[in-house]
Amino acid sequence: MEIYLPIADIPVNIFLVLAMGLAVGFISGMFGVGGGFLMTPLLIFIGVQPAVAVASVTTHVAASSFSGAITYWRRNAIDSVLALTLLAGGILGTCGGVALFTWLRTLDQLDLVIGLSYVILLGVVGALMVGESARAIIRSRSGKRIELRRPGSHTWIHGLPLKLRFKQSKIYVSAIPVLAIGFIIGFIGAVMGIGGGFLLVPMLIYLLRVPTATVIGTSMVLTFLTMIAATVLHAATNHLVDAVLALILMAGGAAGAQFGAQAGQRIRGEWLRMLLGLLVLAVGLRFASQLVLRPDDLYSIRFLGGAP
Amino acid sequence: MIRLPLATLVIVALFAGGARATGAERLVVSLTNHRVMITSSYTGVELVLFGSVERDATGGSRGAPYDIVATITGPRESLRARRKERVLGIWVNTESRMFVDPPSYLAVLASRPLDAIAGPETRRRLRLGITNTPFPEFVHNDIGEVSNDPFRAALVRLMRDRTLYSEKPNAVTFLTPTLFRASLSLPAQVPIGSYAVDVKLFAEGAMIAETDSAFEIVKVGFEQFVVSQSREHGLLYGMATAAMALLTGWIASVAFRRD
Repeated sequence: MEIYLPIADIPVNIFLVLAMGLAVGFISGMFGVGGGFLMTPLLIFIGVQPAVAVASVTTHVAASSFSGAITYWRRNAIDSVLALTLLAGGILGTCGGVALFTWLRTLDQLDLVIGLSYVILLGVVGALMVGESARAIIRSRSGKRIELRRPGSHTWIHGLPLKLRFKQSKIYVSAIPVLAIGFIIGFIGAVMGIGGGFLLVPMLIYLLRVPTATVIGTSMVLTFLTMIAATVLHAATNHLVDAVLALILMAGGAAGAQFGAQAGQRIRGEWLRMLLGLLVLAVGLRFASQLVLRPDDLYSIRFLGGAP
Repeated sequence: MIRLPLATLVIVALFAGGARATGAERLVVSLTNHRVMITSSYTGVELVLFGSVERDATGGSRGAPYDIVATITGPRESLRARRKERVLGIWVNTESRMFVDPPSYLAVLASRPLDAIAGPETRRRLRLGITNTPFPEFVHNDIGEVSNDPFRAALVRLMRDRTLYSEKPNAVTFLTPTLFRASLSLPAQVPIGSYAVDVKLFAEGAMIAETDSAFEIVKVGFEQFVVSQSREHGLLYGMATAAMALLTGWIASVAFRRD
């Protein structure tokens, strides 16, 4: 059944978009990521203009992460103090990122910068996650106890001042790295048009030693707060949020996130990290192949009617 | 609309079509629909162009048959054509050209292949067909035509691939020696706005009459409401969308609650 999207100006198959929302929602609920880095390329692939895709995906990510956050809230798996501290840094980072985005747009090389950032970030993060989780899996296979939170393994990060106690996560760290992580996520999210959950989860695990139990719920709260803000900003400034597209996506996405969150609770932490790592790596490789392989058509056209 | 008796349409056409006589013949045309409305079930539309050649009472009948070329031009919008080149192992947009207001939709419908209708000089003068359509470029702070430009060729090729540009040499059919029709199917991705329809009548390789018509593609109802709200009340629209997101997320978490 075809339905015409009023802002995107194209008709789409409603069931195809619903299925895409469901699949990406499942992944986002399972790993505590927003899923924007998967959904935006999918929408562009079915013919939605990139600018409309980015703007409408923020709304979809807001819905699916809110739905996931409620589930984790019921399980008492959210550290709200940590989420709010991250958000404070995130807001500053978003402002900086939007400024850089606007500047890159004037240079007409935004596509290249976005493509390269995807390759580098996704490649590095994916490889690190796969490597770490593979070692954890091998350790557990060989009978040793998995000790992710080694008490003696404090790094220089844990020596910084302004220490805060995050009771829910059972960690006691300085506010400085927490704010810095929030800033980086907000900055990268604004430039690349993604929620940044796939970066936040490993950063919280590896840098702050947040336990896997609270990391996903906390990441979801941060994702949902930033994406709600991004939706309002995109709608108020660029007028590119397609409410009909967003509604179809979120109907599928919110349901998918529920099943994903339940599935995620049943999978062991190191396997979850391995799967997310492989997914991130795969998307990174796809972007890399676009940059390295000779394109089918060397020419491209772009109407100058507002779209980036 | 399309199934209306032909006679009615021709009578309507006599009043609706703006005729412009340049010789013994007058050309009268009309479209089945001058206003295409986009609703939620819109997946493209088919329009039919009807026309009639009115002979002057004094003019004798011609030996050669008539030919028709109809050019449909969509709203104009500037665009940038870019070319990728390999730089340090990766493909990067290097060169680009800015085209000043090319048509976002261009269809040329004819009764015969264009080169059989008129000679090359006439075709060039009358800007007949896609090859003779001007595509001014912005070069060195000036606007002008660039001959043998690969960017222009790429623009036309990409627009043809998207079925936004087309040239159909057999789309116009004569029902009688003076009555013709042509159907125009607009794909769903055509831009909204006003479209100009230019119809030229040829005989023996020369243009003997010309007339024009127009239609517009507009959004109506819910689609128009969404667009106008998002343009005029962006902040409110954003907050409503955000509220919708929260509600959907909450409903899903309640509906699928398993614990």
